[in-house]
Amino acid sequence: MIEHRPWLVWLSHGVLLLGVLIVAFPIWIAFVASTHAASDLASGVTPLLPGGYLFENYARALGSGHEASGAVPVSLMMWNSLVMALAIAIGKIAISLLSAYAIVYFRFPFRMLCFWTIFVTLMLPVEVRILPTFEVVADLGLLNSYAGLSVPLIASATATFLFRQFFLTVPDELVEAARIDGAGPLRFFKDVLLPLSRTNIAALFVILFIYGWNQYLWPLLITTDESFYTIVMGIQRMVTVADAEPQWPLIMATTMLAMIPPVFVVVAMQRLFVKGLVETEK
Amino acid sequence: MEKRVVFRHAWLPYLLLLPQLAITLIFFIWPASQALYQSVLRQDPFGLRTSFVGLENFARLLRDPLYLDSFQVTIVFSIAVTALSMGLALLLAIMADRVIKGATSYKTLLIWPYAVAPAVAGVLWWFIFNPTIGILSYGLSLVGYDWNHALDGGDALTLVIIASAWKQISYNFLFFLAGLQAIPKSLIEAAAIDGAGPGRRFWTIIFPLLSPTTFFLLVVNVVYAFFDTFGVIHATTNGGPGQATTILVYKVFSDGFIGLNLGSSAAQSVVLMLIVIALTVVQFRYVERRVQY
Repeated sequence: MIEHRPWLVWLSHGVLLLGVLIVAFPIWIAFVASTHAASDLASGVTPLLPGGYLFENYARALGSGHEASGAVPVSLMMWNSLVMALAIAIGKIAISLLSAYAIVYFRFPFRMLCFWTIFVTLMLPVEVRILPTFEVVADLGLLNSYAGLSVPLIASATATFLFRQFFLTVPDELVEAARIDGAGPLRFFKDVLLPLSRTNIAALFVILFIYGWNQYLWPLLITTDESFYTIVMGIQRMVTVADAEPQWPLIMATTMLAMIPPVFVVVAMQRLFVKGLVETEK
Repeated sequence: MEKRVVFRHAWLPYLLLLPQLAITLIFFIWPASQALYQSVLRQDPFGLRTSFVGLENFARLLRDPLYLDSFQVTIVFSIAVTALSMGLALLLAIMADRVIKGATSYKTLLIWPYAVAPAVAGVLWWFIFNPTIGILSYGLSLVGYDWNHALDGGDALTLVIIASAWKQISYNFLFFLAGLQAIPKSLIEAAAIDGAGPGRRFWTIIFPLLSPTTFFLLVVNVVYAFFDTFGVIHATTNGGPGQATTILVYKVFSDGFIGLNLGSSAAQSVVLMLIVIALTVVQFRYVERRVQY
């Protein structure tokens, strides 16, 4: 730093530690609650230290689920979430790569119309057009299916725009060289453009995986069959059981399990995550 | 900006665009136009007769005290969420920019809540504030405050504000930190040589240079508070008690899916679309400006 002020350094560390504690506090409480027996939590205040029921609670959550809310095992809900998150992430990347390629590397009638049609979707989040979108999906018979969970969320202007920006920075000489060597448009796409976009694809994948995993309203609306519940919405179903007090240790174990995959992705792929986050907002 | 060298092909580009355009048309453009269309219709409660009512649905909305109330809740909610999460994130980012030892570990420890779903964040804080077993409500009762978000509207609103702001801190922190690190050190050093202390340097140099980031985050946070916080509210308070936490997005959902008032829900959707479009336009004008900097 510019000048030596020891008290400022200490203050900085103090504030940062406090921030870390505030940020981590809810997770600690959830973890603690998930390691106690239900009776420990039924009365009195949540303890601050873990109890001895860690394995029992998690095994029960993963294996049989919460009986009062229809007994969907958490493992099944996590599987559904994984399928949905992967389908959304891979699907979005695939169709955005193709459409960005068409828009950047070809000249054809109605090019700008296509571009703007895709682009307006940026302005229409699911939450805004829930009811009509639900009707469309119901009419297509996609309720309670993986296709219904993922396909309507796949179209994304953000990803298309990101790839468009990236393709525009790719030197023209590469196209010329490819053409001289006799490569057609598909060959160029596969052998030159895709390898060049690898980092961008990975960064976007991290962001989109989290986006897909954390979807809430959409799965809530279109799944009535328990075997298609995703974990994030499944928690809500557990919390709002009609009878008596919710089963806190089980709910908190489920909450922890719902957070582990996306948090792991963020922490393990921090560099790609930050890159993806900064670029999707450009 | 356009490519100089392009490929020529009669049908390939259309084929490449087909998947995206098909999904966009079926799941975006068509439902949005349906919302527009339904917003000028009224159905009787049994869905037997539908009649054209023009802008009547919108006029009713603007006269509806419950809707205006929800508008007010949304404004209070988004201002509070934005201020709280941006304020804390800025403070943490300034501190993280100062420290040299352990900067990366602090960053890792602060960014992971981004990965927590809004609904999950809501449930976490809901548990902590649970009136019977929650640890913070217990702490509040020790200082003489009787916390109950199931009965008290103010408590419920505070709860969803805290949960929503908590989740957003990491996002703001990352962007503020990136913004701070982009400020040339020479400017700060020059000010230090001229005798400006840390506080003075912050307000006269760092804060103004950070304003593009701040403005960008302002828009993003408002959008977040308006739309992405649906999960927080639906998983915890369900818009209650009464109407205390019914933000606009939640009202579209509850009027449409629970109240089955299609015309009104569609009109509310249209209002929300206009808000999103306005926010997007603001954001893009700003992005263009930033490019010129």
